[in-house]
Amino acid sequence: MSSLDSPNNPVLIAGETGVPARVMPRNRTGSALKRADNRAAYMFLLPWLAGIILITALPMLASLYLSFTDYAVIGLPSWVGLENYIRLFTSDRRFITSIWVTLKYVCFSVPLVLLFSLTVAVALNRGLRGLAIYRSLFYVPSLIGASVGIGLLWKEVFGERGVVNAILAWFGVAGRGWINNPTFALPSVIALNVWTFGASMVIFLAALRQIPESYYEAASIDGANAWQRFRRITLPLITPVIFFNTVLLLINSFQSFTQAFVVSNGRGGPVDSTLLYSLYLYQQAFQQLQMGYASAMAWVLLIAIGLATALMFWSSRYWVFYGDR
Amino acid sequence: MATAKTYDPELLRAERRRRENLRRLKGLGLHLLLIGLLCIMLYPVIWMVFSALRPEAEIFGDMGFIPTNWTLDNFVRGWQLYGNMTFTQFYVNSFIICALAIVGNLIACSMAAYAFARLEFRGKWILFAVMLGTMMLPIHVQLIPQYIFFLNIGWVNTILPLVVPKFLAHDAFFIFLMVQFMRSLPNELEQAAVVDGANYWQRYWRIILPLSMPALATTAVFTFINTYNDFFSQLIYLTDTSRMTVPVALRLFLDPSGGASSFGGLFAMVLVSIGPVLGFFLASQRLLTKGIATQGFK
Repeated sequence: MSSLDSPNNPVLIAGETGVPARVMPRNRTGSALKRADNRAAYMFLLPWLAGIILITALPMLASLYLSFTDYAVIGLPSWVGLENYIRLFTSDRRFITSIWVTLKYVCFSVPLVLLFSLTVAVALNRGLRGLAIYRSLFYVPSLIGASVGIGLLWKEVFGERGVVNAILAWFGVAGRGWINNPTFALPSVIALNVWTFGASMVIFLAALRQIPESYYEAASIDGANAWQRFRRITLPLITPVIFFNTVLLLINSFQSFTQAFVVSNGRGGPVDSTLLYSLYLYQQAFQQLQMGYASAMAWVLLIAIGLATALMFWSSRYWVFYGDR
Repeated sequence: MATAKTYDPELLRAERRRRENLRRLKGLGLHLLLIGLLCIMLYPVIWMVFSALRPEAEIFGDMGFIPTNWTLDNFVRGWQLYGNMTFTQFYVNSFIICALAIVGNLIACSMAAYAFARLEFRGKWILFAVMLGTMMLPIHVQLIPQYIFFLNIGWVNTILPLVVPKFLAHDAFFIFLMVQFMRSLPNELEQAAVVDGANYWQRYWRIILPLSMPALATTAVFTFINTYNDFFSQLIYLTDTSRMTVPVALRLFLDPSGGASSFGGLFAMVLVSIGPVLGFFLASQRLLTKGIATQGFK
C-alpha cells in the first residue's frame, strides 16, 4: 500500500534528474538478443505483474462491481444498480459537504504551496551561502508533516491554549480555539499542508539551477530589472516543473486524510468543517461498513482526479513552455 | 569630458566597492528574511521540544519560552501510555514493518526496473504506460476489495497486508525512479559481462544493482519514511493493541477516556516519534548527495 498523503517526493533528493525530461525509456537498437531478452524480461517483471493483477486490477474491478451493490461485509453483496450513485448526489448532504470541503482544501492549499515553494526556491537560488543547510531545514516539515505526531502537535498549536494564541496575546489580540471553530478548523489544516511546501521547493530549486547564468547576464546587459528577468526568463523556463508540481500536489491533496482525521479525532468536525472526501469515505467503509456505498465514492474520486489531471494536461499546451519546440 | 572620467581607476574602484556593498547588504537582508521564515515555521516544533522537557503544570501559561525546571518525567509517563502496553512494543511493530517493506521494495522494484530499463521485450510500451498510470491511482479504488479479501483469508490484524504488496512492487514510483537511474548506466559493462558468459540474473545482480546504489539508497530511505508515517492502512489493518504501530498508538492520545490526558506525555511521545524520520534523513543525506553527484556525470 502506498501511503496516502505523504508530501515526500523522492524525485527530489534522488536528484536533480528528478524532473522527468523524457518519460519513456529509449529503445536500444541492434540487439541480437531480442528473443532471450523477451523471456528474461518477463521473469524479472513477474512480481510486478502478479501485483498489477492481484492487488491492483482485480480489486479495481471488484470495487467497480461493489459500487453497484449493497454490501455490509457480512453476507453477500446485493445488486442495486445505480442506486448508490443516485443517493450520493441527491440525498446525501454530508457527501456534498465533503466535496465542498475537499474543493476548498485543494483550491487553497495547491496555489499556496506553489507560491511559497517557488518564492523560497528563487530566493535560495541567488548564490547564497549555506544553501544546503537552508534546503534541508525547509525540507524538514515535509518529512514529518504527514505523520500523526505532527497532527497532534498542530491540534495543540492551534488549540485554545496553544502557541498561536500565546503569540496573538503579545499583540493584545484575544485568541480562540481555532481547531474547534467551524470557520477556522479547515484553514488550520490547510496551513499544515502549506507548511510542508519544502518538497515542491526542492524540485523547483533543482530546475532553477539548470537555467544557464548567461541568460540572466544577457538580459541584464539589455537593461532588464530583477522582476523582468524573473517574468521573462525564469518563469517560462520552469513552466514544465510548475506543471509537474501542480499535478503531483493536486493528486495528493485530493486524497488527504491523516491530518483532518487527527485534528477532528476521526469525525471531520466541528460541524463537518474538516470532512475531507477520504475521511468521509473511511467513515462510510470502516465505521458504517457500507462497503458498496464507499466503493461508489471511490469511483467518483477516481473520476474526479482523472478529470482534474486531464484538465491540467489539456491546459498545459497553452501555458507550459518546452524549450525544444 | 564625462566619458574620460569614467575610466578614472579611482572612480571605477569606488563604484565597484559600492556595488559590492549593495550586493552584500541585499544578501544579508535575504538571509534575515529566510531565517525569519524558518523561525516561524519551526517555532511549533521547538515549542513542543521545550514543552516535553518541562513539568506538566508549566506547559500552558506564562512560564517563559525556555523551561526553568527541566524534567524527563513526560517521557517516562508517555512511554507507558496504555495499560501494560508500552511504546517499546509499538516501535518494534513499526520497525519490523518498515524493514520488510524496504526489503520488498528494493527487490521487487529493482527487478521490474531492470526489465524496463535494460531489456527489450514485447509489450514494453504498454506495460510501461500501465506502470506510470498506477502511480496516479488513488488507493481508495483498490482499498475496499483488498480489505475484504485480506479479511477473508485471515490477514487482518497481521502485518501481511502492509508488507506483501511491497514484494509485488506495488509502489510504482520507486520502479520509475530506478528506471530513470538504470537507463543512464553505460552499456559497456553489461556487454562485457555478456561476453564473459554472464546470464541475465548475474548481469542484474552483479553489475546493475551495485551500480544503482544511489537509487537503491533513495528508495530505502523514502520507503522507510513513508511506511513509518503511513497511518491509513495501519489504522485499518492493525486494530489489536499488541499489533499497533507508532502512528496508530499515538492516535490513542486523542481518546479522552484512554487515560492519556497528559499533554506532557503527548508532546514527549510525538517528539520521540519524529526522531527516527529525522535521524534516517540526516544519516542518509551524505549518501543522497553522493547519489546526486553520481548522476551528475551521466
